[in-house]
Amino acid sequence: MQKPKIDAVNDFVVKFANVNGSGSASANTLFAKSIFRSGVPVAPRNIFPSNIQGLPTWYEVRVSEQGYLAKRAGGVDLMVSVNPQSLLDDVQEVRTGGYFLYDDTRPLDIRAIRKDINYLGVPLTEITNREYEDARLRQLFKNVIYIGALAALLDIELSVYDKLIEEQFAKKPKLVKPNCDALRLGYDAAKERFDCPLPVRVEQRDLVDGKIMMTGNSACGLGAVYAGATVAAWYPITPSTSVAEAFEKYASQLRYDAEKDEKNYVVIQAEDELAAFGMVIGANWNGARAFTATSGPGVSLMTEFLGLAYFAEVPAVLIDVQRAGPSTGMPTRTQQGDILSCVYASHGDTRHVCLFPADPKECFELTVAAFDAAERLQTPIILLTDLDVGMNDCLCDDLEWSDSYQHDRGKVMDADQLEALEKFGRYRDIDGDFIPYRTLPGTHPEKGAFFTRGTSRDEDAIYTEKGDAYQRNMERLLAKWFSAPDYLPAPKIVTASDSSEIGIIHYGTSRDAVTEAVDQLSADGIAADTLQIMAIPFHDAVRKFIDSHEYVFVVDQNRDAQMRTVLINELDCDPAKLRSVLHYDGTPLSADAVLTWLRPNIPGLAEQSRME
Amino acid sequence: MSYIKPQFRHPQLPANERGFTRTAYEGLISTLCAGCGHDSISAAIIQACWELSLEPHRIAKVSGIGCSSKSPTYFLNKSHGFNSVHGRMPSVATGAYAANHELTYIGVSGDGDSASIGMGQFAHVVRRNINMLYMVENNGCYGLTKGQDSATADEGSKSRTGQINPFENIDLVGVALEIGATFVARSFSGDKQQLVPLIKAAIAHRGFALIDVISPCVTFNNHHGSTKSYDYTREHVQAGNIVDFVPSETEITANYEEGASHNVALHDGSRLNLVKTTTDYDPGDRRNAIAALQDSRANNQILTGLIYIDPEEPDFHQMMKIANTPLNKIEMSTLCPGTSTLTDINQSLK
Repeated sequence: MQKPKIDAVNDFVVKFANVNGSGSASANTLFAKSIFRSGVPVAPRNIFPSNIQGLPTWYEVRVSEQGYLAKRAGGVDLMVSVNPQSLLDDVQEVRTGGYFLYDDTRPLDIRAIRKDINYLGVPLTEITNREYEDARLRQLFKNVIYIGALAALLDIELSVYDKLIEEQFAKKPKLVKPNCDALRLGYDAAKERFDCPLPVRVEQRDLVDGKIMMTGNSACGLGAVYAGATVAAWYPITPSTSVAEAFEKYASQLRYDAEKDEKNYVVIQAEDELAAFGMVIGANWNGARAFTATSGPGVSLMTEFLGLAYFAEVPAVLIDVQRAGPSTGMPTRTQQGDILSCVYASHGDTRHVCLFPADPKECFELTVAAFDAAERLQTPIILLTDLDVGMNDCLCDDLEWSDSYQHDRGKVMDADQLEALEKFGRYRDIDGDFIPYRTLPGTHPEKGAFFTRGTSRDEDAIYTEKGDAYQRNMERLLAKWFSAPDYLPAPKIVTASDSSEIGIIHYGTSRDAVTEAVDQLSADGIAADTLQIMAIPFHDAVRKFIDSHEYVFVVDQNRDAQMRTVLINELDCDPAKLRSVLHYDGTPLSADAVLTWLRPNIPGLAEQSRME
Repeated sequence: MSYIKPQFRHPQLPANERGFTRTAYEGLISTLCAGCGHDSISAAIIQACWELSLEPHRIAKVSGIGCSSKSPTYFLNKSHGFNSVHGRMPSVATGAYAANHELTYIGVSGDGDSASIGMGQFAHVVRRNINMLYMVENNGCYGLTKGQDSATADEGSKSRTGQINPFENIDLVGVALEIGATFVARSFSGDKQQLVPLIKAAIAHRGFALIDVISPCVTFNNHHGSTKSYDYTREHVQAGNIVDFVPSETEITANYEEGASHNVALHDGSRLNLVKTTTDYDPGDRRNAIAALQDSRANNQILTGLIYIDPEEPDFHQMMKIANTPLNKIEMSTLCPGTSTLTDINQSLK
């Protein structure tokens, strides 16, 4: 009997099962990039352990002509098995009719034999043992060889790889030929053995013009450079580490004066997250744009300082690349678990402005917006991304910048303004917008000095424990919070062509899964509108969206429906109206996961699914 | 007591080189207990800044939490101040210094603030050699919460409630020497003669300058049996080097017996003239300094004066190669790379 074979052009998932520390990452990235260069949308994801060497690691690549970038549930079409440790599990992940590429230098474990999938044995070890003397080279080139085999199997032009390899080794041209040769070893091996290409394959398209591939963390780092940040203080923590590293990389290229051997920036690796945020506050207090990047455990440690910056009204930018909590949780798995701990971080009545980018382009733009809002509102701004967008190469539109952009430096009085003033009062609401004027140390010999403190104070920054002065200040801070949406990006609403009673609210990296789920609903004849929350506090449009839909779903990548809680708390809306879509097992959200929650709750569909 | 400080001053108060009288360096009236050592330290800071003719608004005061950290309110009213959170002043100072290296930074901390909750940040601000004066107003107890022992309380010292402290103390001077501090001094709030020139030298020093000042808590730690009381401190002080600070333009006029003094040139052209007393060690020798500290401790004495100085070590700003124009003064047009660079970056991500 003929085995079933999945037949799919530009719509499949390839997964690589590797051992971490074996050099597979660059070969796998090469594969993802080759799809991109073939003009086809691609979404690669690293699935890695909190470990440096020896444990299983995977790289999952979704190829999607339709441009769906969320994780696809339901197994993989082609598994490249290079790790015997995880082989038995990996083989189970292949969909019926899918393909399992493995090293057949030695016979396959009989337990890994399935009747409903297709086996592609390539003697990777035999080839590398034959071709290379050095153990390290055998290891490294094995990765390139399986990429070569895939090129034949999936019908990807070798010239695409040759060019990518040339670019990758532009500074080490000696390495170009050996890599191109290894690629051909795999290519030829596959051509000899199999009927290439497979029914699953890539066809050249033209669908990624005007797009780039970048990690969200790189985009945040670059955004900070464009925002004019000069001080980055941080403490290493997965998955945020590469934000500070990206800032340093770009700044060292763009902000270094080789002639003077001087930097227009400084990156400080702090002793812990508390210190990192203290440095950010100190630098902002002194008028420099400063930021930190961390993850949930770091936010917990920065909490006391967040309260200080909120209460004393010092600008600060905190980039929280979320991972699965609580506690150490799953450090290399994604989640949106820090919403509540960020919005209400610190003791007493505190509320923090939060921003939620969904892709690298939004990471770039919202990082810039965060610095502007921080100085305008004189408060910490927390940019919440997550591991999924932060550490994976994501396809997104080209980054954009306008040279006419004016950074909003907020209300800072210079010496002339102080000179013209009879008396300066740090916390006086002169303009009636609840935002007082601040001064920087060293501005004016006689006027403008004040004491920044976390203790209560009156409008002139003089310490007081008088209840009315304290309360006036707290009320102004609250009014300032309510005015914040004026300075923050508005939510992004996508309205279905047919009028819909269904509204789906999402934020951050849930966007792609929600978009795909809505398309699937649409195919079922169900129209749904979506709203992407860009910021807390909420813009009026969020309330209107909730009010104007009969069925409202809130998509949260956490157990406790944290954004739903904030919506209820901040908008005072009826909890019964907000239905949850929850996903929190540490994997990125898929359209299937969204639909699993939506379908039983959508009238019409619910009955339909019951009848089925 | 009166809570309003009278504005009236003697019309003939002497002015310094910049034309400022001492009034220009004063702060609000202190709310600390009468006789608190911290007030003497505030007075010494005022005196030192006046003598150095610093511009008050070019000084930034930073502190943590506690009685000591309240004291920046009581001096330099024309300077910006930042009373941050407990034990975290070093990080705030580090960020502020990174943003603008041109100001003079005066940090005020206490023994709880630096040796307990802030021990970590203390260690790291030393390592980074932030250019600042770091005053520890050390009274061996938590004043603001009514007298609990702090980590600098000596083993065997008796608390006000009669408890004997069973734990070893942390000597911040010793810690600072071990981890590379470039200016380490100890003084006593009751010895203004010694303290004022030390403060001046610490401010002139390019790099991190620690002055651990024994500053008795009159309310909770000034009783018999306490090793941080006025009486105990006076009895056990061992005056090491006495510092005479010589500003850059001034010729040395004081006459010291030959061999009894030692000059240290600071980066700004000023000099420290060290008058040697009982010991005869080179304050530029770290091992010697550590030994002197240990000897003094073994003899149940409190070594004061300038204990160690290295005027040559690059400070944080130099180590990090930060631009000479303060980062907070660089225009956005310089900092932001602009559209054409972004086009190139996009291209590199294709």
